[in-house]
Amino acid sequence: MAMNDQGRPTRPTNIGANEKRTFTGNRALEIEEALIFEIGDAGRSGVDLDEPTGAPSRLGGLEREGEIGLPGLAEPEAMRHYVRLSQKNYAIDMGPFPLGSCTMKHNPRLNEKMARLPGFADIHPLQPEKTVQGALELIDTLAHWLKTLTGMPAVAMSPKAGAHGELCGMMAIKAALVARGEVETRKRVLVPESAHGTNPATAVQCGFTVDDIPATEDGRVDLEAFKAKLGPDVAGIMVTNPNTCGLFEREIREIADAVHEAGGYFYCDGANFNAIVCKARPGDLGVDAMHINLHKTFSTPHGGGGPGSGPTVLSEALAPFAPVPFVVFGPHGHHLAESRAEASEVVEGAQPFGRMTAFHGQMGMFVRALSHMMSHGSDGLRQASEDAVLNANYVQKRLSAEMTPAFPGFCMHEALFDDSFLDGTGVATIDFAKAMIDEGYHPMTMYFPLVVHGAMLIEPTETESKRELDLFCDALLSLAREAKAGGAVEKFAAAPVFAPRRRLDETAAARKPVLRYVEPAPAQAAE
Amino acid sequence: MTTKFTKEHEWVRMEGDVAVVGITPHAAEQLGDVVFVELPDIGKSFKENDDMAVVESVKAASDVYAPISGEILEINDAIVEDPAKVNEDPAGAAWFVKIRPSNPAEFDALMDEAQYKEFAGS
Amino acid sequence: MRYLPLNDADRREMLAVVGASAIDDLFEDVPNEALNPEIDLPRRQGELQVERAFAGLASKNVPASSVPFFVGAGAYKHHVPATVDHIIQRSEFLTSYTPYQPEVAQGTLQYLFEFQSQVAALTGMDVANASMYDGSTATAEAALMARRVTKKSKVVLSGGLHPHYAAVTRTNSELVGDTVLRLGPDADGTQDLIGLIDDDTSCVVVQTPDIFGRVRDLAPIAEAAHAKGALLVAVVTEIVSLGALKSPGEMGADIVVGEGQSIGNALNFGGPYVGLFATRQKYVRQAPGRLCGETTDAEGQRGFVLTLSTREQHIRRDKATSNICTNSGLCCLAFTIHMSLLGEAGLKKLARLNHEAACRTYDAVAAVPGVEMLTDRFFNEFAVRLPKNAEGVVDALADRGVLAGVPGGRLWPDNPEMENVLLVAATETTTDDHIAALASALKEVL
Repeated sequence: MAMNDQGRPTRPTNIGANEKRTFTGNRALEIEEALIFEIGDAGRSGVDLDEPTGAPSRLGGLEREGEIGLPGLAEPEAMRHYVRLSQKNYAIDMGPFPLGSCTMKHNPRLNEKMARLPGFADIHPLQPEKTVQGALELIDTLAHWLKTLTGMPAVAMSPKAGAHGELCGMMAIKAALVARGEVETRKRVLVPESAHGTNPATAVQCGFTVDDIPATEDGRVDLEAFKAKLGPDVAGIMVTNPNTCGLFEREIREIADAVHEAGGYFYCDGANFNAIVCKARPGDLGVDAMHINLHKTFSTPHGGGGPGSGPTVLSEALAPFAPVPFVVFGPHGHHLAESRAEASEVVEGAQPFGRMTAFHGQMGMFVRALSHMMSHGSDGLRQASEDAVLNANYVQKRLSAEMTPAFPGFCMHEALFDDSFLDGTGVATIDFAKAMIDEGYHPMTMYFPLVVHGAMLIEPTETESKRELDLFCDALLSLAREAKAGGAVEKFAAAPVFAPRRRLDETAAARKPVLRYVEPAPAQAAE
Repeated sequence: MTTKFTKEHEWVRMEGDVAVVGITPHAAEQLGDVVFVELPDIGKSFKENDDMAVVESVKAASDVYAPISGEILEINDAIVEDPAKVNEDPAGAAWFVKIRPSNPAEFDALMDEAQYKEFAGS
Repeated sequence: MRYLPLNDADRREMLAVVGASAIDDLFEDVPNEALNPEIDLPRRQGELQVERAFAGLASKNVPASSVPFFVGAGAYKHHVPATVDHIIQRSEFLTSYTPYQPEVAQGTLQYLFEFQSQVAALTGMDVANASMYDGSTATAEAALMARRVTKKSKVVLSGGLHPHYAAVTRTNSELVGDTVLRLGPDADGTQDLIGLIDDDTSCVVVQTPDIFGRVRDLAPIAEAAHAKGALLVAVVTEIVSLGALKSPGEMGADIVVGEGQSIGNALNFGGPYVGLFATRQKYVRQAPGRLCGETTDAEGQRGFVLTLSTREQHIRRDKATSNICTNSGLCCLAFTIHMSLLGEAGLKKLARLNHEAACRTYDAVAAVPGVEMLTDRFFNEFAVRLPKNAEGVVDALADRGVLAGVPGGRLWPDNPEMENVLLVAATETTTDDHIAALASALKEVL
């Protein structure tokens, strides 16, 4: 049996019911809210539409008969429903959201405003090109910024999220191997143990096998162990830099040179590019492909889990294999090359590996990201990287008074702690994190990366003030002291008590999955 | 009846010429609350160390490897229906599969209880 | 810089606390020669300057609402209630993260549960996931899932499938070694799919209404697929159609994927959109993407969590069902709000209005001399064959202020037979004036 144990309990310890229940279940500003299926009904609507004429239909006899099961709400009901739901969420606009590796930073509203200009929001991907020249120019401009910031010659704009960008990069590597006639021999991809789960999943999705590279004592790729694994069957390496421990791979050039010498390619996971924008360019470090999470580095909103956007920069070696469509500039202005045949006509040597999505990528995210970049400028982007790294180091230093950093020395944009400071306290790592919720904070990333026991990964980002950071550190230090002082194990285990819900039973959810609303059976008469 | 153990935290008990296979209490504890079990089809043959079954908790997913080569004779539907049984009685009622071994020498080569205890404790 | 709270005094003080003499001490691991490169890009700008730049770019585009507009083929111009955009811009939705801490993410989790329930009901399936990137990537994931379920490796793509969806699916399936049989465009609706399903087939992928707008009866294909142990993947690119048409679930589909953009989401030049993914209960563990499930908290109150996560990359790593991590969060919120506002009665009426607008457009276009109608049963889009290259016609109509549809050459650039084909879509936003403008401009140009 192969174990991948994250070692946290997944069902709540038995805590008695809250004595301070109100009649409604509401708690002042925090209002309980039922499902739309329980408050709406099929006949109600919050949209006034014209009356259909009743002309005969031409649906080929495939008309729907019977009920669908969709409740409707009048507009005030809908507004109230979703506003109440919104108030059960923590958000970056409410306070620090220190999820390591996720980069929760301020989302400027200028970007939202720009994305909603009808000239961007209300244009169709298949309109004649002459009616969307501004949109194509915007994509081209963003591409120029991304290439310049990374020092890379090409970028594929269509990937729809970070993991999709990874797939793009690895597909380009596979296509390059096909072109070299080595796709059957080069099957192995080296991935550090500390990698995001998407890396091995992506490699396998591309038909590669994954070989783990161990980490050194100081949290970086073990160069010697890595070199020992290189061989003629290696397709490439996937390395996150700065890595998931929040550290810059100081031997990055040696890693790149070694993999190139062995005939493989260097995929860099760009999830943490936000630490080094304008401080270092992946193109100067030997990278062949790297995705850029516009929703992390360039502050397009995370929106409760999406949408993302993952443009992928490519080296000279991989550029010819970039997927269609892509924007080119020619005698008739900006133009989209949409097929393989056309791509090779407009760009010499182009051999696109295929297509990743129906249209041209996440235009709405492109507008937001470019708005963010232009607002910052090259000087502001460099300052942002520096402030992000300074904030993380400040938090690392201050928290070290009670907590235990996983590795010595400065960190980059995120500070990694292990849970050894809780040894012997009886307080579980998860309980420590849940107690942060009662203090008004979203917990940090927990139990990731897997290479550190009870990992706690804190990424403050550049948009936190010193005052917010000080209060955050004071709160965590206080929790750590309370845990160490003893006698508070139960309090930690019961946390959170002030959130809209107490701990949820994930075990029950997984054993008998209820994944959609089902109307309850009519109540039986009591016997 | 001899019970032997693998490094992958499975146990194998010979009942006559049939091998009964399950996961150890140590493994069940490490997994936490088991929420899902997937067992192979009856009649399927495996070589030693092939992926044979899957066991999942909320936060961990594990493959269960065939501890010895052979053909699946019987599977324990009760743990598929109610995966919680794996936590309740991993060494007994929550067996996974019964195998007809094709190479009895593989069984002899597995760890005995003392060896496994030392291995799992390390 | 307006987005950065630290000032120089803060920075000096904080550097002193961490024990660094200068900021670049913190970047000591970056190779010296690579540190602080020259970056040849403009410097910072205020809101006013940025707005001017974007207004300039936006003015070079022609918004759909500003002209008679008949462009469809997988993305549709619909009216979205004002409430939708207001709610999705609430800070608590816009600036929250994936709901990994359910105690403080019940808002997101509950709407995901509502979304899953709506999508399952619409498609006639047992369960739906919490969305994919878009319809095309959902289709590619469906083919990969069919491979996992059936352990077979031949994918049959109908010639009525959106050619971009077919390309995305082929790109992904060929990576894992599947054989992809991609049929040529089926403009006349005469292709025999059933004969192509054999014992090696993992799935047959059929779109309805198809790329030519044709409404398809999936039942015979489902039956044939099931007889060979293959799955039927149904693709719906215009989700409003399910307000009028039998659901794919009723017709025997095993997986239903679709593009949800029409409900709640703007055209956005192609993204972000919201991919829909629904399937049968028995296959749920092979499904990609996030799933939200109901449970209770420590006080016994109902709540929601992400569940069955062991399928996903952050736990299963190299054995995950998919590498997918992000979903379309805000876009599926927009979908859910718009659908809640419509309700069943509203959706059915909306579908009816779309169909009637398309029927009126059809009749007006059919009356133009030289136009051959290719689709006789359709929802809100149909295909015609023009007497000349449709790309030129669309261009000429654009000059007359009418965006007439999608020319075949745009979707099948390497297929001369499709050059004269034009796809025409109408929605509830289409007025009789728009239709008259299209018909008269078409008469002029042909």
